[in-house]
Amino acid sequence: MYNLFKIAIRNLLRYRRRTLLTASLIMVGVVFVLVFMAVTGSIKSLLIGQITDSMLGHLQIHKKGYVASIDNLPLTITLTPKAMQKIDKAIKDIPEIEAYSTRIKFGGLFSNFVETTNIRLNGIVPELELKTVPLLPARIIKGEKTLKKGDILIPELLAKGMKVTVGDTVVVIATNKDGSVNGKPFRVSGILESVTGPGGRDGYIHIEDAMEVLRMDQMEVSEIVLRLKDFATLQDVYESLMNTLSQEKNEAGKPVFEVHTWEKLSPFYNIARMIDIMTLFIKIMLIAMVLVSIMNVMIMAVYERMREIGTISAIGTMPGKILSMFVLEGLSLGIFGAFIGDAIGCIIIYILNISHITFNFGRQTGLLLAPHIGVADILMVSVTVIVVSVAASLQPAFKASRMEPIDALRHV
Amino acid sequence: MGLITAHNIYKDYQVGEVSLRALNDLNFEIEPASFLSFVGPSGSGKTTLLNLIGCLDTPTEGKLTVAGTDVVSLDRKQRAAFRGKHMGFVFQDFNLIPVLTVYENIEYPLIMVQNVPLEERKRRVLSLLESVEMTEQKDKYPDQISGGQKQRVAVARALVTEPELVLADEPTANLDSKTAYMIIELMKEMQRKSGTTFIFSTHDQRIVGAAEIIYTLEDGMITDRKDTGGNAHV
Repeated sequence: MYNLFKIAIRNLLRYRRRTLLTASLIMVGVVFVLVFMAVTGSIKSLLIGQITDSMLGHLQIHKKGYVASIDNLPLTITLTPKAMQKIDKAIKDIPEIEAYSTRIKFGGLFSNFVETTNIRLNGIVPELELKTVPLLPARIIKGEKTLKKGDILIPELLAKGMKVTVGDTVVVIATNKDGSVNGKPFRVSGILESVTGPGGRDGYIHIEDAMEVLRMDQMEVSEIVLRLKDFATLQDVYESLMNTLSQEKNEAGKPVFEVHTWEKLSPFYNIARMIDIMTLFIKIMLIAMVLVSIMNVMIMAVYERMREIGTISAIGTMPGKILSMFVLEGLSLGIFGAFIGDAIGCIIIYILNISHITFNFGRQTGLLLAPHIGVADILMVSVTVIVVSVAASLQPAFKASRMEPIDALRHV
Repeated sequence: MGLITAHNIYKDYQVGEVSLRALNDLNFEIEPASFLSFVGPSGSGKTTLLNLIGCLDTPTEGKLTVAGTDVVSLDRKQRAAFRGKHMGFVFQDFNLIPVLTVYENIEYPLIMVQNVPLEERKRRVLSLLESVEMTEQKDKYPDQISGGQKQRVAVARALVTEPELVLADEPTANLDSKTAYMIIELMKEMQRKSGTTFIFSTHDQRIVGAAEIIYTLEDGMITDRKDTGGNAHV
């Protein structure tokens, strides 16, 4: 094998310029894919982080059927204290969960005593909510960063439209699950920026205030929002929760709870998917680039070295060894291109990191781009390039090995 | 029984719709340790016959036995293995591998064809380098040596596997007289030392003169056989 490699490497060095050009093409492809993956990966993580850490959390638990009618914010599909106990136990059994928050979500009317409009309200336990969605305080663009009983945080657009500012008194009116209407005055303690722009209509009040408005005797929670210690464990935690909670059945034998990851709850997941699809297409382009360039160079090599093939075949070299000789040339080119590409790609990613490039997302400005590429991704790209290089060499190598020595020796 | 026996050998080539007969009913027997030449004008079938004996091609019809093996019945892989075991080749254009040094070119069949252990390889290659007077050039590449030196390396490469038979197609065609005589003398010496059979196809009167047996071919048929003992003057 050593001798086959030696011949392969020397043959590559024999046509230095061509080898360098082909390796450069592979290298550019590898660099492009690695940098693209690192940058888009960074943007994706940042955007997902903004969505999950500002509002959505990583996972949510509801009573079965809630998400299907989430636009109506139903008060009849809620989690009772008994259900909450079961969920609480399930959560405590999973060490990957960092924090969780309970919310009562309902729709109501918001009045400044002159005008009235509709609002979506989240009754929260502020301490729990801040642990679960830690970017919430950063969204408060005006007023206090905390939420006390009797206070309300209102969305920016609503505040502008209703000409309400911090310190003003407003009234929230809501219909409880029995159909009766109740209202309660609140002090505007802060103005909230929406996660995806100024169009959001979600306000926040204390959970006890929510219970009072809705005249709840006991706490009936709309949703439980979970935050994980490590986002990478999302799928494992989801499966673990599903295993535990799906065992809880109602009298009809149907599951009582439903668990959703952020992906099922946010339309942004489709954008994240699009980034993944773009990355896939870039990888396919790299494969095509490597395939065409290696195949081209190997076809040329076989054509140019026809008499040499005839000679080594005539003196008794077995077809398998001739095939290996050419495959090893393709393999060496692939390894060289991938290795240099990996090195340059990592250097560019490092430079991007120390350049502190920032970008904006909706109203969020100055988000720091922190491109990162894992060893697994580098290995995956490199192995793909090397495997494609070998595959691209196979056809020319096979042709060389199948050549009749008499025909090859006659070649001029 | 001879090293090579040919019975009723025919070789046809298809050129478009026309079939051309290159060899026509050849019958001969070659003894081991011969120094033999096939001569004849261009197109007489010398190279075709050499290709058949060298298992590089197969006859259209007839029986050809080399070293006790019916080579007509061998498939591609078996022919390659047979060539590697029993034969050496010397080509008109030397056909050295340009990316290997003189030493590596001679060593090549021992590694790639016969899988000979390192120490034995070294012994055989150094011995042949000395025989062909190329020891000082052993680390040079083919493009750094002269045509005569290249052919000496090619002869050494053909002999390194200690074959029973060396086939040489116009081995002196590209060499000046002095170098050609040197190569002929070298091959004769190797034949005397190792008992290897040398078979040439040639126009070159210098080789013809040195051959012990001369077969003359015309239009694909053997028209003459001379046993000169190596002192013929054709």
